[in-house]
Amino acid sequence: MSARAKRRKGRTRPAKRSDSWLPRWYWPAFALPGVVWMLGLFLLPFYVVVSIAFGTVDPLFRSPLPVFQPWFWTGRYMAEEWDLLTGDFRAVELRTLIYVMVASAICLVIAYTVAYFAARCTSGRLRVAFLVMLAAPLLISYLMRMLAWVELLQPDGYVNRILTSVHLIPRPIHWLSGMSITVVMGLVYGYVPYLTLLFYGFLDRIDRRVLEASRDLGASRVQTFVRVTLPLSKPAILAGIVITSLPMFGDYYTNNLLSGSPRTTMFGNLLDNAMGSTGQGPEAATLVLFLLLVLLVPMIYYMRSSSRLAAG
Amino acid sequence: MTTAEAPPATLRRLPIIGWWRDPWRKPRLLAALAWTYVAWTLLPVAMAIGMSFNSGRSNAVWQGFSFQWWWGHPAFDPQGSLFVDPELHAAIFQSLRLSILATAVAVPLGVCFAIGLDRWHGRPAAGANLLMMLSFILPEIIGGVAMFMVFTFLLKFIHLGTVAQLLGLITFEISYPVIIVRARLLSIDKDVEDAAMDLGASPTQAVRRVLLPLLYPAIFASAALVFAGTIDDFITVRYLSGSASSEPLAVKIYNFSRGTPTPAMNAATTFMLLSTLVVVAVALTGYLRVTKGQRQEANEAIGGALF
Repeated sequence: MSARAKRRKGRTRPAKRSDSWLPRWYWPAFALPGVVWMLGLFLLPFYVVVSIAFGTVDPLFRSPLPVFQPWFWTGRYMAEEWDLLTGDFRAVELRTLIYVMVASAICLVIAYTVAYFAARCTSGRLRVAFLVMLAAPLLISYLMRMLAWVELLQPDGYVNRILTSVHLIPRPIHWLSGMSITVVMGLVYGYVPYLTLLFYGFLDRIDRRVLEASRDLGASRVQTFVRVTLPLSKPAILAGIVITSLPMFGDYYTNNLLSGSPRTTMFGNLLDNAMGSTGQGPEAATLVLFLLLVLLVPMIYYMRSSSRLAAG
Repeated sequence: MTTAEAPPATLRRLPIIGWWRDPWRKPRLLAALAWTYVAWTLLPVAMAIGMSFNSGRSNAVWQGFSFQWWWGHPAFDPQGSLFVDPELHAAIFQSLRLSILATAVAVPLGVCFAIGLDRWHGRPAAGANLLMMLSFILPEIIGGVAMFMVFTFLLKFIHLGTVAQLLGLITFEISYPVIIVRARLLSIDKDVEDAAMDLGASPTQAVRRVLLPLLYPAIFASAALVFAGTIDDFITVRYLSGSASSEPLAVKIYNFSRGTPTPAMNAATTFMLLSTLVVVAVALTGYLRVTKGQRQEANEAIGGALF
């Protein structure tokens, strides 16, 4: 048996399929419209991005001139961008990395605590009500949730009023003019609801008998948590890090709404600014390719682990 | 625990220490943290909804109750209220049009895609699956920029505007029905279809009259998700707008929020929330109706697919 045949045999289902009399094209035909759609409107756009990144710029109008033939590709703008990416943009890249790491870490701690409470300490109607409240932010638009904080954090907003009235701060703080802490809080607030539900789904599936066994054998609550629950939830934690940090790397709107100052510029802002100004087409294309390359590793990791979870 | 860590006898008599060391105490600290979290996530939103009824121009300080930002008279309000200002009025219709059309195309396309992927094996199928998963987890800004570039430089016959926005939205929402329906397909016994075919149904009839009804719960769930996702979307849609006249409500809110937003923006976000809730309620009713008797497995399949 050839290696290829072996591989194919391993992939088919063990039971003999009863629809083997169907023509070979029958089931692929169902997927065909979707496949054509994804090839034409998902894969093709990335070829255009590459063509612009390796293309030139109209000397008069400064608009990008994509080069669709790979043998005519020029690395001129690419080289300029590479200098920026390894030079001027260093500070922004570093800041993005720090913001995303801090915000993801806070998200993990908050979401795990809340999900643990939901999975272990609630039952019956209380649990249903609590889960509805955990899922509610997913139905509320991201913009609305950010707008709510913009209102609360105004110089004359309620956060400043409460803090000054209890004399924690002498005069109102300008939260919305370029403070890192506001941006990180916004990122946490924006992305934590996805994580609580992910963790809840996972913690709820942990077999309670394992925990009872641990307590029976003399472990304390804390020991049971550290040595049984936490190691068991490692796959969920890793998936959670990927799920929250991926969109944060491309986030520009949280920053624009809650700060808008160059002191907190993130990578997404560079990209959005390049999109908003003429003559920077190749720059936007290169930044997109760079972001895609950086995020490819966590994305592939996530896809592999989720398909493994689905199979197992 | 070793005795070395035990507090001295005098301390041990304190009620707080006894409470802390009680192995069966209720987790009050955890409960307090969890409820604080819920308040932290929901209270700001509740206040933002309340501010849409503010009578002043500020959306930071409460100045009294009024409906002026919902349907106030334009003569008194240069910046306009949600249902009267022609720009916002047009944006509402654009939002609803995009969401309804995108849901109507993305869900059937995704359901067929899912059935195909479930039964089609081999390399091309794995590639198609990879493409679909990639569109699911790709940060939206990357996809949005790529879409903008393909419509501006290659497929120039599709002008930026409603059609381009629709194509972009459908591309990035298609993975939701695919993932949910595939999870549901895993829990459906293939024998049911075989029985239908033994009884004389053609394969297409078996899919339409046996498999499809079994998939209804997943279809309702994914339609609600796609609608909620498209009505809130502003990243892809903003790049594909072309002109201000094709900007939906979400894009308007984003643009205004960066200047000095009025409570009309709160009214706009509240309106989007209400339309999402209506659609979810309709989908939930349909879901409860079609899942009588098989709710447990349907719930598990859909929950497992999402989280």
